Amino acid sequence: MSPVQNVPAFSILILMLCGILCLVLPRTASRRLADCAIALVAAGNIALLLYFLRGADAYIYSMGEIGAPFGNELRAGMLEAAVASLFSIITLLSLMGGRAHLRSDIGRQKVNLYYISTLFLLCSMLALVYTNDLFTAYVFVEINTITACGIVMSKEDGYTLAASMRYFIMSLVGSGLFLISICILYAVTGHLLMSNIQEGVAQLYAQGQYRAPLQVAIALMGVGLSLKSALWPFSSWLPDAHSSASASSSAMLSGLVLKSFIFLMVKIFYRVIGVGIMRSHAVLDLLLVFGILGMVMGSVNALFERDIKRLLAYSSIGQIGYIFCGIGLGTSAGVAAAMVQVAVHACTKAMLFCAAGGLMDASGGSKKFRDIEGAGRRDPYAGVAFIVGTLSMVGIPFFGGFITKLSLVQAAVTVGGWRNLLSILAIITSTILTAIYYINVLAIVFRAPETAPTKASEKLREEWKKQVRLDTEYEFAIILFIILNLTIGLQSDRLMQIITTGLSMFG
Amino acid sequence: MSIFLSNMPEYAAMILFGIGLSNLMLAKNLIKKIIGLNIMDTSVFLFLAAKGYVDNTIAPIVTVSDLGHIDSALYTNPVPAGLVLTGIVVSVSVTAVLLSIVVRLNEEFHTLDIDEIIRILRKRDREDLQ
Repeated sequence: MSPVQNVPAFSILILMLCGILCLVLPRTASRRLADCAIALVAAGNIALLLYFLRGADAYIYSMGEIGAPFGNELRAGMLEAAVASLFSIITLLSLMGGRAHLRSDIGRQKVNLYYISTLFLLCSMLALVYTNDLFTAYVFVEINTITACGIVMSKEDGYTLAASMRYFIMSLVGSGLFLISICILYAVTGHLLMSNIQEGVAQLYAQGQYRAPLQVAIALMGVGLSLKSALWPFSSWLPDAHSSASASSSAMLSGLVLKSFIFLMVKIFYRVIGVGIMRSHAVLDLLLVFGILGMVMGSVNALFERDIKRLLAYSSIGQIGYIFCGIGLGTSAGVAAAMVQVAVHACTKAMLFCAAGGLMDASGGSKKFRDIEGAGRRDPYAGVAFIVGTLSMVGIPFFGGFITKLSLVQAAVTVGGWRNLLSILAIITSTILTAIYYINVLAIVFRAPETAPTKASEKLREEWKKQVRLDTEYEFAIILFIILNLTIGLQSDRLMQIITTGLSMFG
Repeated sequence: MSIFLSNMPEYAAMILFGIGLSNLMLAKNLIKKIIGLNIMDTSVFLFLAAKGYVDNTIAPIVTVSDLGHIDSALYTNPVPAGLVLTGIVVSVSVTAVLLSIVVRLNEEFHTLDIDEIIRILRKRDREDLQ
């Protein structure tokens, strides 16, 4: 066994251990420890990805070397390694990009508590990516819920408290449905490990037994996980929670947390239930329809929004729709397109939220459109990041969003009937709407202040300009984000290759 | 009727799950919402415990005197009990976090009604705009 195969287990354990250590360390030390731990985990997962790229096959890692029916298992393949590296890199960049805000939003005394939440959040997301055991998945889903709410409410004003309460309640409904569905699957198959459940389910299907409980379990699983990953119409909690949180929290929540549940859903559909059974199941059609509605409704809501962070949150609902549209198509090309969108949206939206934090800094802390006028000139880094983000979201060639739309349309063309027409129409509508509201934002961000400024407003803007403290860490994070986005756009062949090979190892 | 009688705990669990879920979604009072959550979790534990229970068997603990004649049919399945324990731990910690948010919300808004809280926030938003 190659030593790099220990990476999945150790990255989860290291993050947990460092999270606990952050509780007792002073704040500077805990900040350094958190950064080092996340960087180490990112490096380890990239090494694992390279190991798979050299031609290794997916493998099962038994925790404590206890065998299949009793022990707990992790399963790693190329797709898992790629997603885990992406998650850890973006967590690190989001922390760096929003650091100045953490100081002002959370207060110096409590900052190490924030790092505990972040480390456990990343830990739970990696565990959801790697685990091969359904009940372990449930436990980490709950850890994910608690820590995600933790990083929202750490700002502790009225808005974030109310928003995190709504977020928490919706998440708990989702995890309750997920839990009961696991219990039903356990009751009919007698297993909790994913590969064993798949054997059991296939056998039951072949014999025609327990059809109704299996249908109920699949439906509950679908509803529960779409509640947590904000599929429209279950997304009413998202705009408040994502827009009121601190900049790096918003970046992580919108960029990563939603994706971790989507990844879990894909994993359950294809590894627990099995590809053959899922393709003939109505749940995929429902996901497709709601995904398409989400693509349009998220964009329509974003059109009327006059608050930069809420606009980005609504845009997330639209972009999540693309992912569900890809999954709902049911072909492996569709799932590959969904995975491309997971990667692209994670990079782009995290960058946009960090840049929005910068724009708010340059506008006296307000996120309203009338205040951020011309903020892109006061903070050029955020301005450039918004240009790159817009180009990617709209789908201009050489940027990530183009690859998503191209692969999604290619996947949609191959399926027949109403799915084909509906999804292509939705992609076109949503692209046009996205272009309208993002270009509107760009125009506002770069607009020169009004022609005849009053003395007061001019003075205010001068003051804001002085307040822009471009610390090197923020600049560095934004530059890295831009490079990451361009790399994804330019190296799209390699990304597609990783995803298709990963998906073939997945089932 | 006989199906109903032999599956009594499962029926009870599903009814309780429905009660808990609707309470969690529909109740306005935050404390009632949390009680709903607890009813929902407990119903899942009942379901699991009922699945693990087998008539006329004993706990799966092997003592020295048993070692000669171990018959797996004598013992109940220990896995559901383990799952219930894990679930209780999760449910307790989630309840604790929720209650702490409720305390903070009550300090901030002096009410436990979620609709009232949202109304106050909307009002603040409007005043902010003017």
